[in-house]
Amino acid sequence: MTGEQVAFWVLGAIAVAGALGVVAARKAVYSALFLATTMISLAVLYVAQGALFLGVVQVVVYTGAVMMLFLFVLMLIGVDSAESLTETIRGQRPAAIAAGLAFGVLVIAGIGAAATAGSAAKPAPTLAGPAAEIAAHGNVEGLAVLIFNRYLWAFEVTSALLITAALGAMVLAHRERLTARKTQRELAIERFGPGGHPTPLPNPGVFARSNGVDVAALLPDGSPAVLSVSATLTPRRGERDAT
Amino acid sequence: MNPDHYLYLSALLFSIGAAGVLLRRSAIVIFMCVELMLNAANLAFVTFARVHGQLDGQVVAFFTMVVAACEVVIGLAIIMAIYRVRRSADVDDAHLLAK
Repeated sequence: MTGEQVAFWVLGAIAVAGALGVVAARKAVYSALFLATTMISLAVLYVAQGALFLGVVQVVVYTGAVMMLFLFVLMLIGVDSAESLTETIRGQRPAAIAAGLAFGVLVIAGIGAAATAGSAAKPAPTLAGPAAEIAAHGNVEGLAVLIFNRYLWAFEVTSALLITAALGAMVLAHRERLTARKTQRELAIERFGPGGHPTPLPNPGVFARSNGVDVAALLPDGSPAVLSVSATLTPRRGERDAT
Repeated sequence: MNPDHYLYLSALLFSIGAAGVLLRRSAIVIFMCVELMLNAANLAFVTFARVHGQLDGQVVAFFTMVVAACEVVIGLAIIMAIYRVRRSADVDDAHLLAK
């Protein structure tokens, strides 16, 4: 067994397991991590096939930027939001699994038929003509020659696409402020009016047993001070009792 | 090593991604499955570049990556915009035309 074969079987198994994990994981964050696993093993497979530049780009762009973006949006939308298990279309789940299996069998059988028909007769490919000249410079230089000569126009259009995507994301994620921003004067009036709280809010509790921002401080009479715990912590796991 | 194995792996990953798009409800996970399919297609491109002994397949895979990056940016922005209005990233909840 050559080194490439070992790499293929080990990393291929990891990639398929990761892909199954993406589909099967209950929480979206697990799906994202499984996807990152698959992408990294694919990057190594690219390098094993001589595509050094693509392997590095795969790690930098996909596992770096794209997965970071996925996790960012996941955190914004709420990691805890569970997927609803009610079936809107009756029998969709088994039908989807059957369709996926059938599609996979179809594609793999097609490749198998083409491989048995073609590869036996065809000799191993050898580099010829300009391709050999390009490849002699190495992978990165060869790609640069192609991108900046034959595919220069596509490359330039790509930059327009990237700028358009950035603008589109800004437009879609932008939110107008519907009410005017409160001035300091209005804030002060609000604070000293009825129901306001003129002083800073009390700190959370610091105790020998527990020392966390989700533990309420104790008032002189022994009751927990509700205001000392941030309001965003309450819906997550409730206030822990300090006493 | 026979490069056909890479094609089988690519087809397998693509089918798993396609099944995931059909199975899952969360828009973000569906999006991840689409990314998986794009990656599988890239693997096929790289393999064919190797089979034919030319770098053109790798250039196409590179352009696919760029387009996929744009697609992720816009798609996630759309998911966020829908989430702001509907308070849900579930694809079954986005049925404004049905009501």
